Amino acid sequence: MTFETVVGLEVHLELATKSKIFCACAAEFGGAPNTQCCPVCTGMPGTLPVLNEKVVEFALRAGLALGCDITRHTKFDRKNYFYPDLPKSYQISQLYLPICRNGRLDIQTPAGKKRIRLHEIHMEEDAGKLIHDPLAGFTRADYNRCGVPLIEIVTEPDFRSAEEVVAFLEKLKSTLEYLEVSDCKMQEGSMRADVNLSVRPAGEAAFGARTEMKNMSSFKAISRAVEYEAKRQIEALAAGGGVAQETRRWDESRNRSFAMRAKENTQDYRYLPDPDLPPIDIDDDWYERVKASLPELADVKSARYRKAYGLPAYDADMLSAQKAMAEFFEEAVRLGAPPKATANWIMGDVFRLLKEKGLAAREMALAPDKLARIIALCGGGALNRHKAREVLAAVFDSNADVDAYVSAHGLLQISGEGPIRDAVAKVLAQNEKSVAEYRDGKAKVFGFLMGQVMRDMAGKADPNVIRKILEGALQP
Amino acid sequence: MPDILELSALELGREIRCGEIGVREAVSAVLDAMEKNAQNAYITVLRDRALSRAEAVQREIKGGGLSGPLAGVPAGIKDNLCTGGVKTTCASRMLSEFYPPYSATAVERLEEGGCVCVGKTNMDEFAMGSTGETSFFGMTQNPWNPAHVPGGSSSGSGAAVAAGQAYFALGSDTGGSVRTPAAFCGVTGMKPTYGTVSRYGLIAYASSLDQIGVLAKTAADCAAVFDLIGGRDKRDGTSLDTEAGTFLSGLTGDVRGVRIGIAEECFGAGLDESVRRHVLAAGETLKGLGAALVPLSMPLLRYAVPAYYLIACAEAGSNLSRFDGVKYGFRAENACDIRSLYEESRSRGFGLEVKKRILLGTFALSAGFYDAYYKKAQQVRGAISRAYAAAFSSCDLILAPVFPTTAPKLGEATIDPMQKYLGDIYTVSVNLAGLPGISIPCGFDEAGLPIGAQLIGPPLSDERVLNAAHAYQQATVYHTMRPGKERSAP
Repeated sequence: MTFETVVGLEVHLELATKSKIFCACAAEFGGAPNTQCCPVCTGMPGTLPVLNEKVVEFALRAGLALGCDITRHTKFDRKNYFYPDLPKSYQISQLYLPICRNGRLDIQTPAGKKRIRLHEIHMEEDAGKLIHDPLAGFTRADYNRCGVPLIEIVTEPDFRSAEEVVAFLEKLKSTLEYLEVSDCKMQEGSMRADVNLSVRPAGEAAFGARTEMKNMSSFKAISRAVEYEAKRQIEALAAGGGVAQETRRWDESRNRSFAMRAKENTQDYRYLPDPDLPPIDIDDDWYERVKASLPELADVKSARYRKAYGLPAYDADMLSAQKAMAEFFEEAVRLGAPPKATANWIMGDVFRLLKEKGLAAREMALAPDKLARIIALCGGGALNRHKAREVLAAVFDSNADVDAYVSAHGLLQISGEGPIRDAVAKVLAQNEKSVAEYRDGKAKVFGFLMGQVMRDMAGKADPNVIRKILEGALQP
Repeated sequence: MPDILELSALELGREIRCGEIGVREAVSAVLDAMEKNAQNAYITVLRDRALSRAEAVQREIKGGGLSGPLAGVPAGIKDNLCTGGVKTTCASRMLSEFYPPYSATAVERLEEGGCVCVGKTNMDEFAMGSTGETSFFGMTQNPWNPAHVPGGSSSGSGAAVAAGQAYFALGSDTGGSVRTPAAFCGVTGMKPTYGTVSRYGLIAYASSLDQIGVLAKTAADCAAVFDLIGGRDKRDGTSLDTEAGTFLSGLTGDVRGVRIGIAEECFGAGLDESVRRHVLAAGETLKGLGAALVPLSMPLLRYAVPAYYLIACAEAGSNLSRFDGVKYGFRAENACDIRSLYEESRSRGFGLEVKKRILLGTFALSAGFYDAYYKKAQQVRGAISRAYAAAFSSCDLILAPVFPTTAPKLGEATIDPMQKYLGDIYTVSVNLAGLPGISIPCGFDEAGLPIGAQLIGPPLSDERVLNAAHAYQQATVYHTMRPGKERSAP
């Protein structure tokens, strides 16, 4: 019997607002423990939450970009549970009227485009962090993260493989970076996913019992966890057993999942509408304003690159996938660099350098005017391609001035015929044997002689001019 | 000059401004009254702080920096209102050593207006109770008769004002907690429209019902206090953007043409006869002043008590879950893991009434019960609001009792909890609908205990409510009577 894997995701994203969702504390990552908190976000008695409207705006941006229906009259609810990282012992979240419903995000799969449906997006506050010190027997609480705004994106159970899950998360990350809604840094916990997974015999309509793996924080871990958990469930069913509905913990170092909490022990969160926060009404003005401010997203950009610049689909997709790279590309083109050449330079050298240095596009120091200048020098014949690549590598980290570097290192290409003619004469005089071989019909000797001339000119000569003069000089 | 403690807050303010009475003199008089009497009205007396503050306020008044009507007036603060650096206990073991690093907005505004906080008044634990008997620091006695309760939950605030231990006091009213002690203690107590006073710094019992109120000697004093503490506060998203500071200047004492509704359901079975008679007589007095009495029927009011207890307890269960022994407040010493830390701290930190309400609220919100209890109670709440709106289409104010009886004897009311909760029948619907309500002294029963009459208005009619109460007090003397004095029979 073959089985089908069914996965749904709950993705938590910390929003990139300056301040927290219900107080004025900074929402940025890090800081010494308990230095970015106040009586409000630590839930001190008598304090009250006051909504940061930026959070609504960010959620609205995400919802509109993801094709959601917007709940124009939305409100917050309390999710009650006891845990020391949650100072009020309830999390302010949304259950009854989430701000967004019924969205979608299209992903590329080997079988073509696939639409992933989004059940809802809701706003909520993050909890603090507990730092366990098993040696000292202590647990310490850091409340800096309390009240950092989150959106939770809940998908329908539309994924059938780990590849689809990862493709979705990458596309989601790209989209939210474009929207400047979240920086989606998994390593800093600003993007985390809960994976709900079940398996069923192929062709069966009903879902199997599902397990949930919480707080997964790398694409690699998610991919492995999906594969492991699907295999575990399939093996259990194939052996005639069953799958228990439970929460499981993914152990990244051991590449295994472990049972954490059975369904009978699931908590009753006793949700209730939060009486401290008045409902939010998103009026037409606000809605339209946010809608009009949405940037061009990857899919639309890619189509435009194909149409306007004649780029191949693969190039257009690669260039548009990340906001920072798309902006880099567009700015270089705006500065006069030919689109196709720019695309080639980015897809080749720039991507290679980023990969070598382990950098993301947004972390790149190189500014688009530098690449545009290199391309211009190269295209205009002032710099040959080999030297141009050397210059790019040299200024990549420092974003140093291209012309200054080129002149300091004397890299300008020599296209004047005089010096090249002298060099050719010199090389031919030193290599009479090769000249004779060439004239006897050994055409490949030409390349050797080219190389000798280029070496004599320290690599700075225009190869086309060398070719022309060398060909002339070798005529019998 | 009459006894300084006989003055109303506004009268004292006037004497202070014109230099007849010093702030220190007034503060000392109040502190002395506290020492002489043993009603247990205060949990914390701020003698040194008040005396040094009196000096500072006096200087500011002299320098012209403070000229408001209440500058220099000593006030009590209910102990569920946070006072920066001053112990704020909610009358609970849970917070018996809690010093908040911030002050409630209402407290800040009082102090900015030059009022001198003389102490933190006793209360029912976490404002849960209508008799003043659930405090961890012992019950408060009624200044009119120490064998009787002062009413709750703002028990200490009511007793303090009645006993001259404050010129006025802040309270909080979730289901009658300002109006009931005002009625039992023979003082004036007003709960304004929900959102009039910022709740920032008020330790929450039931957030959608809680509203800071004032217990004072007169309606005019209440108006002056609301002028100071009311108005929009950016720290409370539910505070209203109303124009603050106009209540006192709006008091005309004229009630001619005001239609006062009298709901038959509020004067039927279960109401003590002397209360009934005096409250209706208050209506007649207002009629004599030019108001019109309009008969009403509000049958839905009978559902107010169950709806109130479901909503209030559901919110309380959530609000009070932050008291877990982890961050502040009482922490059980013998816990071996996090679960037992929670269980032991909460079992021992909270008193019986608080635990009862948390359990009730937790149950009402549990999976499978939400629709039957909480949701239905919210529907009742909506229906009651609509019933009030309908009633206010034919009248401007509603006259009702505050409590079915005068102050019960200490210990007596706690025997039957169901009976006790039903005592809130006349007050809770006002909170459910977010309306302004005031309790004004309107007479005494055969035992000499004060009776309160309640005037209720539509949302944002606070000035109208205060004005009718003011008109009544211009024509009567009940509000001037103090315990322990010979009183002239009306």
